[in-house]
Amino acid sequence: MYIPYDILIIIVLLLLGYGFGQLAEKKHYRSIRQRESQFEDIHVFSAKTLPADWQLLSTQLVQGNVVVSVDYFKRFLFSLRNIFGGRVEAYESLIDRGRREAVLRMKQQANELNSDAIFNIKFETSAISRGLSSGLGSVEVFAYGTAIKKALD
Amino acid sequence: MLITNIESVPGQTIVKHMGLVQGSTVRAKHVGKDILAGLKNIVGGELKAYTELLQDAREQATQRMIEQAQGMGANAITNVRFATSSITAGAAELFVYGTAVVIEDVNN
Repeated sequence: MYIPYDILIIIVLLLLGYGFGQLAEKKHYRSIRQRESQFEDIHVFSAKTLPADWQLLSTQLVQGNVVVSVDYFKRFLFSLRNIFGGRVEAYESLIDRGRREAVLRMKQQANELNSDAIFNIKFETSAISRGLSSGLGSVEVFAYGTAIKKALD
Repeated sequence: MLITNIESVPGQTIVKHMGLVQGSTVRAKHVGKDILAGLKNIVGGELKAYTELLQDAREQATQRMIEQAQGMGANAITNVRFATSSITAGAAELFVYGTAVVIEDVNN
């Protein structure tokens, strides 16, 4: 009997991607939510100007980056979605995880410096291509800003 | 060396502008790590090897920028921006630039 091994391999990869991908994503979101509540008193602003009445102690550039990759199953979903167009939810969650993780790492750095707020946050997103055939596989999100430490009133 | 990505250094006055300073580095990835990342691509999630690679590269670019500013006699860099561009498949350039300035404490 003829067994189409290549199709078998694709099915196994899809199942692996779906199973472990979902698990990993749930775990990551749990950890993101937990750390977001831990650092919620460090406020992040996209504004450049500081409140005039702040007595400042220190200023420091802080940054955070992460490279996240989408799983095989979601990549397959995307290739289907690409036929008809429309919203690609599989990739939305990837970028969302990346952004939140990058902000959290930046906040972690600010926390180590005992900062109170981060001003002028900038995001940078770049696709890390792995050959032309695989298309968008992984994405790097980089966040940076100026951490400010206030003097006690 | 004080680095900010806003136009000023809060709480300090800029007494002298020294001009643009920049640092860049081009990095390629390790084949072994690339194979591991390829496997990780099946299940998704963070590719730690790449995260570290890019972080190290940014640190080096920043270090080069700081050295340039120190050579000019500056003690702070304001308005810092980062840029990333992939040159070919497998190599990325990390570029950082800012304005070197001399600052003085506003209270003195």
